[in-house]
Amino acid sequence: MSVPLTLLGLLEREPSHGYDLKRDYDAFFGRGKPLPFGQVYSTLSRLARDGKVVISDVAPGAGPDRKRYIITDVGATEVEQWLTQPVDPEPHLQTVLFAKVVLALMLDRPAAEYLDTQRSAHLRRMRELTEIKRAGSLVDALLADHGLYHLEADLRWIEMTGARLDALRKEVRP
Amino acid sequence: MSVVIEARDVEFSFGQTPALRGASVAVEAGEILAVMGPSGSGKSTLLHCLAGILVPDSGEILFDGAGVHAMAETERSSLRRDRFGFVFQFGQLVPELTAVENVALPLLLSGVRRKQALPKAYDWFARLGLDGLEQRRSGELSGGQAQRVALARGLVAEPQVLFADEPTGALDSLTGEQVMDLLVGAAREQGTTVILVTHEPRIAAYADREVMVRDGRVNAPDRIAS
Repeated sequence: MSVPLTLLGLLEREPSHGYDLKRDYDAFFGRGKPLPFGQVYSTLSRLARDGKVVISDVAPGAGPDRKRYIITDVGATEVEQWLTQPVDPEPHLQTVLFAKVVLALMLDRPAAEYLDTQRSAHLRRMRELTEIKRAGSLVDALLADHGLYHLEADLRWIEMTGARLDALRKEVRP
Repeated sequence: MSVVIEARDVEFSFGQTPALRGASVAVEAGEILAVMGPSGSGKSTLLHCLAGILVPDSGEILFDGAGVHAMAETERSSLRRDRFGFVFQFGQLVPELTAVENVALPLLLSGVRRKQALPKAYDWFARLGLDGLEQRRSGELSGGQAQRVALARGLVAEPQVLFADEPTGALDSLTGEQVMDLLVGAAREQGTTVILVTHEPRIAAYADREVMVRDGRVNAPDRIAS
């Protein structure tokens, strides 16, 4: 999650104070990990330094002055570019699990059982996400679905690998 | 929790082809169990043996402590009608009946009078978001609607155990998940035990626990992992 770009995106919606940005970030993107105030203001300072936001007005208050931030054309262009560029597909290649399976076969260990254990762990996590989806808001469901589909892809790999273990064993233990 | 239904060392063959080779599984009352496994692994055969549709060649099926495997067909038929509910992949609604008559069918077959059965069936339409579809026939329902009607039919008689064989297999992802959400919600509400056969992990994730069937045997990965 890119905090600067997300805050810029929130500012494109409407000019906001740091407090409002933190509130909206936590509500939609925080997922139980609130953004520290310090990080909000340091990020806004950097964005201002780089000409991506400007301070529109300052309202005096009991504590520190409340600054209202507005996105600039430079900032809006950056948000536009970020939104329209595809995210790099991450080639996980199941490196850890792949290494475990191949090593298990090389060492004549029960690779199928390791895959069963992994499947079980994946399904346990999928149950947790499904519960979040059932109990939560549509935003929660959207995020949970993202995790669920990725875990499901892993499980397909686990199934396929499980079905190929005998052939794989011959290849790594000639 | 107590075990409500159980397979013990069950073997079953279709002619010379073995489908189950010593399958054992125990399901607790109120539990939602996903039975997973690749095509041809024996998961549907296991469900059919547990439900008293197929009689094992050897081994035992126990429901509430009674030996289903040893019962006569009439006795197993009563059990299926009065204590079990079923949802299959393609709904399998009776096309000549309206949706509400389809839902009322298990009650009518159990001897409940039409006057009492239909209001109970109507209740399920509101519960499953099917308002207004009561008088439609299966050909006038979408896949998701038909499957929700099938779900209502499976649960209307408040069965102790609901057997669901790939209940979302013919539905798109979103509709399938809506059906599962309703199935799980309704089953938990009335304390129904659910045995759910599926090859889809996202559907299995609605269950409390999963077991894998492979080569006719049951493997409980949760228990291996722990």
